[in-house]
Amino acid sequence: MSTVEDAEGRTIRRGELSWWGRLQINRNWLALWFMLPAAFFLLLFLAWPLILGVWLSFTDTRLARPGKFIGFENYEWLWDDSVFWLSVFNTLLYTIVASIIKFVIGLYLALLLNRHMPFKAMIRSVVLIPFIVPTVLSAIAFWWIYDSQFSIISWSLKQMGLIERNIDFLGDGNLARASLIFVNIWRGVPFVAITLLAGLQTVSPSLYEAATLDGASAWQRFRYVTYPLLTPIIAVVMTFSVLFTFTDFQLIWAMTRGGPANATHLMATLSYSRGILSGQLGEGAAIATAMIPFLLAAIMISWFGLQRRKWQHGENNE
Amino acid sequence: MASVQISDVRKSFGDVEVLHGVSVPIEDGEFVVLVGPSGCGKSTLLRLLAGLENITSGTISIGGRVVNNVHPKERDIAMVFQNYALYPHMTVAKNMGFSLMLRGASRSEIDARVKKAAGILGLNALLDRYPRQLSGGQRQRVAMGRAIVRDPQVFLFDEPLSNLDAKLRVAMRTEIKELHQRLKTTTVYVTHDQIEAMTMADKIVVMHDGVIEQMGAPLDLYDRPANQFVAGFIGSPAMNFLEGKVSANGSLYVQTSGGDKLPLKNIPQGSNGREVVYGIRPEHFELGEGGLGAEVVVVEPTGSETQIVARIGNQEVIAVFRERQSVKPGDRISLRPRADAVHLFAKDSGKRI
Repeated sequence: MSTVEDAEGRTIRRGELSWWGRLQINRNWLALWFMLPAAFFLLLFLAWPLILGVWLSFTDTRLARPGKFIGFENYEWLWDDSVFWLSVFNTLLYTIVASIIKFVIGLYLALLLNRHMPFKAMIRSVVLIPFIVPTVLSAIAFWWIYDSQFSIISWSLKQMGLIERNIDFLGDGNLARASLIFVNIWRGVPFVAITLLAGLQTVSPSLYEAATLDGASAWQRFRYVTYPLLTPIIAVVMTFSVLFTFTDFQLIWAMTRGGPANATHLMATLSYSRGILSGQLGEGAAIATAMIPFLLAAIMISWFGLQRRKWQHGENNE
Repeated sequence: MASVQISDVRKSFGDVEVLHGVSVPIEDGEFVVLVGPSGCGKSTLLRLLAGLENITSGTISIGGRVVNNVHPKERDIAMVFQNYALYPHMTVAKNMGFSLMLRGASRSEIDARVKKAAGILGLNALLDRYPRQLSGGQRQRVAMGRAIVRDPQVFLFDEPLSNLDAKLRVAMRTEIKELHQRLKTTTVYVTHDQIEAMTMADKIVVMHDGVIEQMGAPLDLYDRPANQFVAGFIGSPAMNFLEGKVSANGSLYVQTSGGDKLPLKNIPQGSNGREVVYGIRPEHFELGEGGLGAEVVVVEPTGSETQIVARIGNQEVIAVFRERQSVKPGDRISLRPRADAVHLFAKDSGKRI
């Protein structure tokens, strides 16, 4: 009969222990006991509200009036709602364009900041500024920059004689989208750049030296050494970037509130507008719930992207 | 393969000059070891040779071509780094074939050359593994494989064995030497370990504080060290140094401040009465009558030999004997230096007399 040792080192024959006794000394279960409090708070404050939100989307609840279960009616309604589909399109456009540009600029900045240059520490902290300014504050600043009458951009261009009339940045649909994407990029680049910079600094300089001696040009060093070694951190940072961008609310709400003519409504702002402002809580919840599949897809992509890299977690050779 | 000529090379980092005019001629196919304590500039010299740092003044030529302003990748050299610098995301085969791939070699050629190098180093079974899945010794071998595959003019080794355990280090030492005898590629090898230097080198360059203290064949350095630094650096355990004064009247001894008379075979010209440092290697002591009175401090038997740390007057010396000695700490013994194996150094300059 097999034996185990308990916490005090006494040898106990397995057969003598009740299942409860075994659970008490089993290390895996011990870990579970320790995790329970954290799990409880996560379930209470994250999972439960999420479940409530999803439930809400299956009811016709309105502000100050409890609703009843109506099945998929909200979703059917949204299916035929062109504004909803416009917001989906806007969200995807906003997320994809902003994320790609944030990645490219962020990576470029990170590579730049990783070099030896004068005032390195100062430049690095300057790069962080857009990130530390409160979103609403920078949104208001840009609101002024984009203002139809007082825009500094319009003013400058007029002074230079390049245009005759003010540009109505936030008044035209496509222009408004582009303007908002620009602000989102401005805000998001520091996060990407600093995180990638942290990743770059973990790459041993001797790898670059080895590659140089192996005959690699600067581009080849990036292509064959830097980039592959950076992929794990790129996956993480881009997942976060996509999630944050996809669920963005503050910027849009502070600057356009979804206008003009719903041209800049994202799913998050539309959900708020329908659910809270119009009081259609059930419908708002349905729009918010509709974001979940997209977010899950984004997480899955990076998850499986991470899984593939065998070289990182090495010992066993599959 | 090629000869290498390092002529009056200086290197400064900012205001600090770390190499003060270093010249080393290296013949085609020679195995040269740069050795010295940390901070002596040996690694810097290697990096200058590789082109990873720029030379402040002087010239380096490889195969007759001055390479001061030649990009590292055009110098046709391969380097093995202390931490191996294997690409963690590439398999062993990819690591070894990387330089060929960059050069645009065909896949079959890369395959063949990687296989050949892997065969030399016994890496055939590991070609599909990632560096993470290898032991220290295997990584070391892959790093060498990466150098061999390129068939370069010169191999550079930067303390390649210092991350290995003692036993593996000895094994790899032999392996590298064998490899050199087989490939006959000019090799420059940096280490702080004088045993590595002694066992592997055709020519040792002893460096200290950015200058070359002495250059020569291992046994020449051992037998005729040019100064007190080289004498103390080469050989293990290190040479004993006793300060004293050569007798003024032509008698063959050096007198210490404690009154001991250290025997000499002859007195170098014009050294009568001179202040000197008397150098004697631990293995050149004999036990027996008529020697220096000493008190045993520590006895260290290693099996093959016995090391005795003893005190003569107020100075400690180490003596090594091939035979087993039955002495205990506190015993009084009589140590007799072999007069024909004595090295004398000037007390002020440290130079050999």
